[in-house]
Parts: sequence; C-alpha cells; structure tokens
Amino acid sequence: MIRVVLPFHLRTLAQVGGEVQIEIEGPATQRSVLDALEARYPVLCGTMRDHITLKRRPFIRFFACEEDLSHEPPDAPLPEAVAKGAEPFLVIGAIAGG
Amino acid sequence: MSSVRVLVGTKKGAFILTSDGKRKRWKVSGPHFTGWEIYHLKGSPVDPNRIYASQTSGWFGQVIQRSSDGGKTWEAPGGGVTMVPGEMPRGESNKFVYDTTPETGKPLTTHQWYDGTQHPWEFKRVWHLEPSLTDPDTVYAGVEDAAIFRSTDGGTTWHELAGLRGHGTGPKWQPGAGGMCLHTILLDPSDPGRIYIAISAAGAFRTDDGGNTWKPINRGLRSQYIPDPNAEIGHCVHHVALHRSRPNVLFMQKHWDVMRSDDAGDAWHEVSGNLPTDFGFAIDVHAHEPETIYVVPIKSDSEHFPLEGKLRVYRSRTGGNQWEELTKGLPQRHCYVNVLRDAMAVDQLDSCGIYFGTTGGQVYASADAGDNWAPIVRDLPAVLSVEVQTLP
Repeated sequence: MIRVVLPFHLRTLAQVGGEVQIEIEGPATQRSVLDALEARYPVLCGTMRDHITLKRRPFIRFFACEEDLSHEPPDAPLPEAVAKGAEPFLVIGAIAGG
Repeated sequence: MSSVRVLVGTKKGAFILTSDGKRKRWKVSGPHFTGWEIYHLKGSPVDPNRIYASQTSGWFGQVIQRSSDGGKTWEAPGGGVTMVPGEMPRGESNKFVYDTTPETGKPLTTHQWYDGTQHPWEFKRVWHLEPSLTDPDTVYAGVEDAAIFRSTDGGTTWHELAGLRGHGTGPKWQPGAGGMCLHTILLDPSDPGRIYIAISAAGAFRTDDGGNTWKPINRGLRSQYIPDPNAEIGHCVHHVALHRSRPNVLFMQKHWDVMRSDDAGDAWHEVSGNLPTDFGFAIDVHAHEPETIYVVPIKSDSEHFPLEGKLRVYRSRTGGNQWEELTKGLPQRHCYVNVLRDAMAVDQLDSCGIYFGTTGGQVYASADAGDNWAPIVRDLPAVLSVEVQTLP
C-alpha cells in the first residue's frame, strides 16, 4: 500500500479528502505510483504529467522522506519507507507568486 | 417570464449570476472551481442546462468541466475510465493532442517563435468553448497554441480539425503578447458547414466544409506592426462578432482598428470612425438590431485601460463609423480596468441587455441596450469572460 498526499486543487478535482492509499503491482516507482493514481482517478490524467510524453509538469514536484525526488528517473525505486507505506509520497504544487 | 443567466469566468473561479427578466436583482453563485483560471464558460443553445467550462492552471494544466443542470453541479466528462486491453485503465480526461498523422499532421509540427525560429506546437489551455447550434454533445474548443478541436461526446474526447493548421500558413503564425491563442469561434446559423475563427496573432480564418479545409480571410486588414502591413496573415485580431440573422456580416475588433466585412470575411473595411481610440478587445452586436454594435475603447496596446480613466462603452447604430459614448452608471473617474475579448455579451430579451466584465472584477449590465448601466456584481477576481443565456 502506498500513501499519496495530493495538493489541495487535485484533491478537490479527484473528490478525495486527506491521504490517498493505492495498491501497485511490482516495484514502487514514480511511474508505477502515478499510473495507479491516474487509473483510480482518471480526472488526474494530465494534471501531474503530460498526457503523451508523461513528463512531469513544470510546476509539480514530488517529495518523500524529506527529499525532492522530482528529478529522479521515473523508474527509479522510491524510498523503502514509501514502498512500505511508512511515509507518504507527496505531490506538491511548486510555490510561486509574491 | 423569461430569465437571464450570466456565466462569468475569472482568474480565480467561475460565477453564475441569475435574474428574472427585469434584470434588477441578481443572485450570485460561486466561486465554482475555486482558485482555477476559468477562461470561458458557455451554454448550449439547444439545451441551456448543458454548460461547458474551461478550467485551467499553470500548475495542473487543462480540465474541461460540464454541467447538465445549469451550473448547479459539474463533472469532468473525461473522468471516466477507458479500458484498453492489456493496458492500465486510463481516463481520456482533458486530452488535447495535436494531430500529427502523416495525412494531416506532417507539416504541422512547428510555428514561428518570437525570435523568428520555428517552435513546436505545445498545448497550453482552452481559451474558448463554442457549443454546437444543433447538438448539446458537440462543442468546439479554441486552444493555445492555436488550433481548433471538436468533441462530439459532450467533452469526453477531443479531436483536432487539423486542416486549419495545415492549410499552408501555419508555420508563419506567431504568438502575440498573450500567447498564440485561438480565441474566437463563430458558427454560422444559416450554414452548418461554415465556421469563422480568429487567432492572435495570425488573423481570421473560415471553413465552408465543416472544418476540413480553411482559408485566411484577412484582406483589407492593415497592421503597422508586421513587416507587410497588408499581409495575408500575421494580424492580431482580438475578437469577431456577428448577428445570427445576417451571418455574412462580420464585425471585428482588431488590435488597432474596428473593421467590418459584408461578404463573410472576404474583404474588410475600417469602421472606427469617430472612436476616441480604436484599440480594444471586446465587440458585440445587439440581439435584435444587426447594425447596432458595441465596443469598449482602450487607450493603447501597452496601457490597457480606458482613455482618461473613464469607462465608456461606444455604440454604433449604423454598423460602424458613427459612434456614441455610453456612460450613465459607469465610472467616469479613476477607472483603470480592462475589458477582455470574451468579456462582453448580450441577452435576447425584447429590450436587449448588454453585459461586460472588467479586470477589476465588476460585471456591468444594461437592460436598455446600453443607455443605462449598473454593476450586477463587483469585487470578483479579474473577469476573463462573460456569456449570457436567455432562459424561457
């Protein structure tokens, strides 16, 4: 079981409350987590990564275990604590504005 | 008694204003889609309870929303799961993918960038939604980077009408300051095959075969800011309007110049006449008087506020050239708002109502064709679009 924390606007869009818990098959990676998340909440397709290229949208960041994983390869294993559900995988809308 | 529903898109959500036919008291609902930019909402002429909305964000991209109950509740129509054998279940939600098939897409991969180099087409957002005149499940979308898409399943899936970008001049289009957006879509009520569109900064285009083939319709436009002022394309058209009883007559607010065509865009002539400035964004036509048109002159292309700090609508009852200023009820001092291209609309009541929204968050309405104005809501986020539905 993977715990995912979505930013406010995506929680509203997906009509979910706090953390989302998803099951994935195989290793826990950014790609497998996002695939499972989009499969369960199709309205999120395109909101975190491009529909076609599957590249992360520029102002979306992925954090876990106090690390910024945004630039990690999408198939790199996520930290063990995320894979085991001890720590959440955080989807963050980058801070911007003034 | 008839009633009116005003659909307001703002920088931070959508608002829906309703009133009876007197248009004196208004009920405001919203914000819907709080915190998102709502570039445009528009209702189906066939089924007024069917409303489409373009919800967009620099963070999260494009979402299409649809209501089937007049804006009380909304759904993202592509949010359902599409099953493909052997693949993960996926949603088709909000997917605007440029056509790059060899038949239509081969020459459509790049357009001109600010520095003159070629740049890939990149989808950014939906600027304008135009529901079909005959089918509530068919809707057109004008997008940035400029292209037109059509959905025939209520916004669930979208397919580009690639003949527009592919007609030949596509590689020469380039973005204006607001991006390279297709912002205007006009459906000809007398000819289902005829559609007009406008792009900043490429110009106006027309199809006569339902979107398969297109041609530029910019003859007569003159723009000093492009190398050849009379070029076939490159003009920064801000908005185009028509009256449904006479769809061959078009009125255009260009970056500079108010223009008119009497032959479906084949030729244009200037009708700016005595306007104090012919720069502006919005233009619309009276519901019952095809020669009565409205613009909101803006001081210049850099200041983007009304001349002398006075918010004035200008009305021509002669199809252009002779203009009268309309000021009753509008602020006549210290007013430095803008009125954007999709932020003016008219209702269909006997005494035609005119509506416009400002970047200062006010929506003004006149229930007497522009003679008297009053704010029907104020202090909203900056208004991006205003559409009006006249309900039985």
